Amino acid sequence: MTFTRKHLLGLEDLRHEELIEVLDSAREFRKVLDRPIKRVPTLQGVTVCNAFFEPSTRTRLSFELAEKRLSADSINFATAGSSVSKGETLIDTVHNIEAMRVDMVVMRHGSSGAPVFLARNVDAHVINAGDGFHEHPTQGLLDLYTIRETMGRLAGLNVTIVGDIAHSRVARSDIWGLRAVGANVTLVGPSTLMPVEIEKTGARVCGRLEEGLDGANVVYVLRLQLERMQSGFLPSLREYARIWGISRERLDLCAPGVRVMHPGPMNRGVEITSDVADGPESVILDQVTNGVAVRMAVLYLVRGGKSIGSPVSPAAQEGTQA
Amino acid sequence: MISTTSNAPNSFILRGVRVVDPESGTDAPRDVWIRDGRLEAMEPHLSDGVDARAWTAEGWILTPGLQDMHVHFREPGDEDSETIATGALAAARGGFTHVLTMPNTSPVIDSRGLVEFVIRRAREACGTVVVPAAAITKKLEGREITEMFEMREAGALAVTDDGKPVESSDVMRRGLEYAQAAGMLLISHSEDRALRGAGVMNEGYASTVLGLRGIPIEVETIAIGRDISLCRLTNSRLHIAHVSTACGIDLIRRAKAEGLPVTAETAPHYLALTDEAVRGYDTRYKMNPPLRREADRDALKDGLRDGTIDVIATDHAPHASERKDVEFDQAAFGVIGLETSLSVSIAELIAPGILDWTALVHAMSNRVASIVGWGGGRLIAGRPADCALIDPSAEWTVCADRFASLSRNCPFEGRTLPGKVLLTMSDGKITYAETGLFA
Repeated sequence: MTFTRKHLLGLEDLRHEELIEVLDSAREFRKVLDRPIKRVPTLQGVTVCNAFFEPSTRTRLSFELAEKRLSADSINFATAGSSVSKGETLIDTVHNIEAMRVDMVVMRHGSSGAPVFLARNVDAHVINAGDGFHEHPTQGLLDLYTIRETMGRLAGLNVTIVGDIAHSRVARSDIWGLRAVGANVTLVGPSTLMPVEIEKTGARVCGRLEEGLDGANVVYVLRLQLERMQSGFLPSLREYARIWGISRERLDLCAPGVRVMHPGPMNRGVEITSDVADGPESVILDQVTNGVAVRMAVLYLVRGGKSIGSPVSPAAQEGTQA
Repeated sequence: MISTTSNAPNSFILRGVRVVDPESGTDAPRDVWIRDGRLEAMEPHLSDGVDARAWTAEGWILTPGLQDMHVHFREPGDEDSETIATGALAAARGGFTHVLTMPNTSPVIDSRGLVEFVIRRAREACGTVVVPAAAITKKLEGREITEMFEMREAGALAVTDDGKPVESSDVMRRGLEYAQAAGMLLISHSEDRALRGAGVMNEGYASTVLGLRGIPIEVETIAIGRDISLCRLTNSRLHIAHVSTACGIDLIRRAKAEGLPVTAETAPHYLALTDEAVRGYDTRYKMNPPLRREADRDALKDGLRDGTIDVIATDHAPHASERKDVEFDQAAFGVIGLETSLSVSIAELIAPGILDWTALVHAMSNRVASIVGWGGGRLIAGRPADCALIDPSAEWTVCADRFASLSRNCPFEGRTLPGKVLLTMSDGKITYAETGLFA
């Protein structure tokens, strides 16, 4: 096994082989999801705590489902706002989680680096479910998975990410993952939402949408957070939609067979028009389905080598049920 | 706690110690006789027969007591992080005999009574000279200037709203003019707050990768540019605190070339670290101004070498662990520095040959004395001893748990650093002596 990490905190330092191993495992787990009985005993006896310090619906549901499919025991801990504002510090929360003797923690947090802090302070495995503007590694992995399944390959593909790169953890994880597997990444968006020196990641930065879409095999549309308007990064939604929105006419600028992705939830009519979101190019719902499989693979691989009892590999499980 | 000073003798001789005293231009071996706390004699060869115990001190360095014109002791208001007494001890352990405390306590030091409070508490401390800087504006609100003449009479030597810039250029202008008239040095925390926004680290590739909001260098340079302009307008003395950027140094260099009465300081952490240190989200590397880039770090060293940066000041900023053991973006800005300042400076400046000992002691002692206008900063026979005895080659590993400071937010934890302070004497009194030194 190539993937021997105790935690999954980000994709920045993941090697090509590790990424591929996750995607290959996810493919096995994906088959489980199409069976009548969508459950394997892989993580039986393992306790997972889903600690969500920021509102989240789909990522939390996706992880919960992945845990159930793997027969893990999961508990949920959700609170809005930073730990500071609710009076208990993160370190105290962390110690509480530790005291509950959970084996794995899936953490979503509004502050960049919070899962890194957690991993430094607990024995449990930590999976980052999105931290601030830092990373959202399982989203990055499910995006890679979806692209590979849809296009048949990753290397050499042109992927254009459109929108608020500065405040996007999804963009960062996608950039790292895509660069590691040899895809070409182009970033497009208003310069007020483009982080400084992002081109050092190996991604290309384009100031104009038309130029950025030219030759794209995949257009990855980011969600525009409406609070960017209040913070003065943008003058209006209307202008954003006009200049940066992905519409059917703009898809014509891309390579033939282009696919459209979005991490959700979408602001229809802002960053993406409904006809694109629901059109034949869209693989947005495949992303959601694949997300469960990828999270199963991540939970399984991160847990690997530290199992209680005898874990059943997805392949072996498939054999017994056949 | 440090308890080594009780059995230390007040009379002794150091034979062959290297005396570095920039004021007199001395850098030579001397026999130094301390008698009842007084620096009795400092000669190439003291004859035997002097009635005091003598130590062979070859390889050790004797300097005037070090001085730090930028420290935060959290009294009054946050005595869990630091008190004047513990800060004074931390200073003594670092070889410092004079420190200037910043007024952003709770309440803010903005009136005669509060200046007197700090001075009274300082007298009860270990003997380190602790002098308060008072606020430029009442409650640091940036609106009304303080009663600087009264506070000067009470013993404050400088004014600053440190921790906050004086945002209104008009108030800053009046502050400069009034401070000059009151005989107070004005120290500027030069920062464009609006441009900093919610920034928590240097803006650059590291902040982009970490997903942390950036603080561009222009936050500092815009403000330094304004402050220099106001210095020109008022022809009043201006000291710029914690310079962290190459561009900031260029502005100061030009102002000095023009003949403006500007001085500046930088802090040891800017000499030793860059924003790459923030990679693990360790809040011990979070301070304001933030750690910058390699080019800035190099420029600061050049600035010290050519005198653009006058002095090294720690910006010693203690914080109790509950303000640091939190998410990076929520954590308080600031690091402690008194007990590592000399060693970090030796490692970053002496070891690579950027400064010699005379220049380092100049930046850490007598130049500070001339800017702030207090005593010390030189070794004078016949006066009460104000000095630091240093073993420059001894190495030690930083362990903040052993510090005199009440706080642990040290960015050099675990590092092995050169240079140990063996003895600190302030106004004739031993304020720190290393365990076993007088055994």
